[in-house]
Amino acid sequence: MARMKFLCDADRCIECNACVTACKNEHEVPWGINRRRVVTLNDGKPGERSISMACMHCTDAPCQAVCPTNAFYTTADGVVLHSKDICIGCGYCFYACPFGAPQYPRVGNFGSRGKMDKCTFCAGGPEADNTVAEYAQYGTNRLAEGKLPLCAEMCSTKSLLAGDGDIIAAIYKERVTKRGYGSGAWGWKTAYRETIAT
Amino acid sequence: MLIKRTEREARRGMLAASLASQSGGGFDRRTFLRRSGLAAGALAAIGTLPLGGVRKAEAGPPAPPGARVTTTKAVCTHCSVGCTVVAEVANGVWIGQEPGWDSPLNRGSHCAKGAAVRELVHGDRRLRYPIKMVNGQWTRVSWDQAINEIGDKLVAIRQKSGPDAVHWLGSAKFSNEGAYLNRKFAAFWGTNNVDHQARICHSTTVTGVANTWGYGAQTNSYNDIRNAKTIIFMGSNAAEAHPVSLQHVLSGKELNRANMIVFDPRMTRTAAHATEYVRFRSGTDIPVVWGMLWHIFQNKWEDEQFIKQRVFGMDDVRKEVAKWTPDEVERVSGVPGEQLKRVAEMFAKQKPSTFIWCMGATQHTVSTANVRAFCNLILATGNVGGVGLGANIFRGHCNVQGATDLGLDIVTLPLYYGLVEGAWRHWCRVWEVDYNWMQARFVSKPMMEAPGIPSTRWFDAATLPKDQVAQQDNLKAMVVFGHGGNTITRMPKAAEGIEKLELLVVADPHPTTWAALSERKNDTYLLPICTQFECSGSRTASNRSLQWYERVVAPIFESKTDYEVFYLLAKKLGLAEQMFKNIKVENNVPVAEDLLREINRGGFSTGYCGQSPERLKAHMRNQDKFDLVSLRAPKDAPEVGGDYYGLPWPCWGTPAIRHPGTHQLYNTNLHVKDGGGTFRARFGLEYQGKTLLAEGSYSKDSELKDGYPEFTYGVLKKLGWDKDLADAERATIERIGGPNPDAVGWAIDLSGGIQRVCLEHGVIHYGNGKARANAWNLPDPIPTHREPIYTPRPDLVAKYPTYPDVKAQFRVPNIGFSVQKAAVDKGVAKEFPLILTSGRLVEYEGGGEETRSNKWLAELQQDAFIEINPADAAARNIQDGAWVLVSGPEMANGKVCRVKALVTERVGKGVSWMPFHFAGWFQNVDQRGKYPPGTDPIVLGESVNTITTYGFDPATGMQEPKATLCQIRAA
Repeated sequence: MARMKFLCDADRCIECNACVTACKNEHEVPWGINRRRVVTLNDGKPGERSISMACMHCTDAPCQAVCPTNAFYTTADGVVLHSKDICIGCGYCFYACPFGAPQYPRVGNFGSRGKMDKCTFCAGGPEADNTVAEYAQYGTNRLAEGKLPLCAEMCSTKSLLAGDGDIIAAIYKERVTKRGYGSGAWGWKTAYRETIAT
Repeated sequence: MLIKRTEREARRGMLAASLASQSGGGFDRRTFLRRSGLAAGALAAIGTLPLGGVRKAEAGPPAPPGARVTTTKAVCTHCSVGCTVVAEVANGVWIGQEPGWDSPLNRGSHCAKGAAVRELVHGDRRLRYPIKMVNGQWTRVSWDQAINEIGDKLVAIRQKSGPDAVHWLGSAKFSNEGAYLNRKFAAFWGTNNVDHQARICHSTTVTGVANTWGYGAQTNSYNDIRNAKTIIFMGSNAAEAHPVSLQHVLSGKELNRANMIVFDPRMTRTAAHATEYVRFRSGTDIPVVWGMLWHIFQNKWEDEQFIKQRVFGMDDVRKEVAKWTPDEVERVSGVPGEQLKRVAEMFAKQKPSTFIWCMGATQHTVSTANVRAFCNLILATGNVGGVGLGANIFRGHCNVQGATDLGLDIVTLPLYYGLVEGAWRHWCRVWEVDYNWMQARFVSKPMMEAPGIPSTRWFDAATLPKDQVAQQDNLKAMVVFGHGGNTITRMPKAAEGIEKLELLVVADPHPTTWAALSERKNDTYLLPICTQFECSGSRTASNRSLQWYERVVAPIFESKTDYEVFYLLAKKLGLAEQMFKNIKVENNVPVAEDLLREINRGGFSTGYCGQSPERLKAHMRNQDKFDLVSLRAPKDAPEVGGDYYGLPWPCWGTPAIRHPGTHQLYNTNLHVKDGGGTFRARFGLEYQGKTLLAEGSYSKDSELKDGYPEFTYGVLKKLGWDKDLADAERATIERIGGPNPDAVGWAIDLSGGIQRVCLEHGVIHYGNGKARANAWNLPDPIPTHREPIYTPRPDLVAKYPTYPDVKAQFRVPNIGFSVQKAAVDKGVAKEFPLILTSGRLVEYEGGGEETRSNKWLAELQQDAFIEINPADAAARNIQDGAWVLVSGPEMANGKVCRVKALVTERVGKGVSWMPFHFAGWFQNVDQRGKYPPGTDPIVLGESVNTITTYGFDPATGMQEPKATLCQIRAA
């Protein structure tokens, strides 16, 4: 079975935010909730790089590990989803997530955050596929229709890739080979102590 | 722990399949729920979906019960890339957006704006019905009342002040048909005061480039950049302004390991992906380019053969370039000679090289000269007229190319025929109206042939003393269709101008700055116009491809299409019968297809003649047939075989001869029937004793193996080719020519016969000329550096002064020289030491009323801001994110703009930058209450153009927002 992954090719990302508004559009995500966002490092300096971030659908997801109500589950495709019916809005997953993916609809103290919301890899939630009930809580379920997340499908420069981890890794590998220099990926320098000359 | 959802029966391609499989299956959870009566609404909805051949709502809210979901192909209404938008509609509601995978232009991709276009027809903040202002109060009126009152007032103004007292400001967001209709309307009204956003966009490009080699448009395409080995961006931040174009640029860069060089005063998001970034001072484009050419000439890297065969006057350029030694270039522009040498060598030697420019280059007092300098660099290195090279001019709005082509412009009738008598006679023939009747609509024949007032100067024409405006009277009325007010410089003056008007009509989906900026109390009308998603028509992308788009939903609320409003106005003014002679009108709405057919019938000059609605629709149906790089469909493809995508103009002859369009202009490596061509011979046969015709260069398989002039019926006769004309063609030519048929040229031959016969002989009817390095008819025949009006380097003004004052230029005075001199004398640069330049954000477009009203976009940019270098910020005790007060040299004493500071090294020391999309705050006053209730954009902010200053390009009336001065202090 395929494992679904996101990969943002930092050499291609131009911070156009198409992924952000595509997500808003597809799922009617309300103001203030950002299932996806674009982060820019070294903004305005040489070596500026942007990367589009959302839930990374971790293999061993920390959010899942800390959830006191076991609201999370991983689908057969490797997508990490959760049930808003079970979620109590405690915010543990927010602390556990290294990517800042969990979002909460309300601002306030004392557990008034509301049900957690995050990227679903356009795969809905535990309700039956493509129902109004599923849509109301999680947005559309593109995966069930054989489509990929709209953020990646609409990416302006084909920077954000989504799909079967093996396939997107192959696409990325081919690109890096053609470019003929270190990947330019976010974190490359930290990992390999190698300066990127583009 | 929840159970993993592995039990799903099958991966479902489409819901229809899934439903089918379930109806045959047993008692699953879904059927259980349905039978138990739970979740009734939701599941009942799915249960009643008709199955056969109907797509369900695959995106967005599930469709309501029983609704059929249809898919419509539209085109994004933001930038000029022309991305296909696939819309899913149920019960007249746009419920979802899917990627348009088949389009070779965007292959499913969008930027933030394109991915959010569905919100535009939600219409939360749109005008819902016509509104007029009565004693300072917005009051709802009916369409009938609005059109009647507007019409009566227009007639009264016409009687008192003449037809030129009304300015018909149109839009780059019109369809081609809408733009054409606006231009035609102005002609029938009797004025050349008709303009649109191209004035403040690429008017300088059009003038400069057309005067170099024939047509003022992007020579190649976004897709063709995939073939380039060296790519220069100058004053173009495509990553924010044309994000999807970067797909082609970055893929090409990776595949070819191409050089990507960005020249900009600001290290933009485009520069972040470049292989080399060159920072230079705003307004010194010419020194930088001459600095590159200095190295090229010095090292003999130029393309000698190309220059000899296809360029006129390059020696005059050499003389000017010789003055720009590396030291002088660095002194003026700040760019070190070594860096320029490296970049120049790449551009000249690692070919094909393409040169891309945008507003950073075109919005200056010297911009016509700027673009001419770029053309000279391209010509000297032989980088035009082929694959992977050329002047890739990225146009701005979604149809600014088409609106320019269709003459929504003060200097020409549709398709660059100009305003001369011959042009009027040509269009009168197409429109089937009498020339003398048309002339009687104008004040006089000279006014009929005199360029109008540019959009940058309308308020001067409204506020200056009457004797300084070179027409019968001041401007008294503005009729504004789809044009923001805050994109034009000198907004405090504009506010005065708006108050002076006797009539203001804003026809737009949004009220725009026009409605909120001034203290007007009466005679202001807001007409709700629908977006292009509620309308059908064609639009021309930057690469000259035309795309036909279908209406997604019917106009929402009481809004109407541009077509209908022009028709209603024409009817009210008694012009409808004449104007719509050959255009079918259904229910007050002129049929877009008929409008395009009329454009085709008259569009021979620019090759807008072959793109019939039928052909364009076939292209949209067959998008998947076109190649990503060559944009061409295989010869055997049904309906579109051999065509280039969107029949990029020029697409010669009648639609029947099936010219494929032209992907790369002036490409001599192709047969003219395959989209080949030569430089246009439009400047005569010789100048000062030297030939202007090409020498030894011609397009592939041409029967004439050398340069040749433009074709007329007479030339055809001399060559004996007139016998190839069909009888009907000959009859048409003779009818047009009257007593002198030999003088009938290729552009006014309404039969298309001259074009057809020339193509058969492998020659191009517009002649085979040389490009002009020396354009003797322009203010600076050889581009000459001139300092911005408000320069931070007053020491350079004596050597590089701006153009002399002119009493009447486009009907108003241009006193740039006096303003510059006064600024130097008063030491303005000491009081306002920071350069202020402006630009775009990816989330917003143009004046931003539409995008700032879109909640998905507005959330991403909630504050107007100014970028300032850390050193300048530290000197002023300014913190990142804090409020600051910005003032400019032309703002009234004590007036300031209040914005947030973004402290960043993106801008160099001494430079500040502001996005120009904001409005709704004016000189530190919140104007939210001045919008009609419920139509105020979500995000308001100070406009940079409240601060920008005087300065106009003499050839075009272009403003100068890219190089002025300001001072910033902490709030």
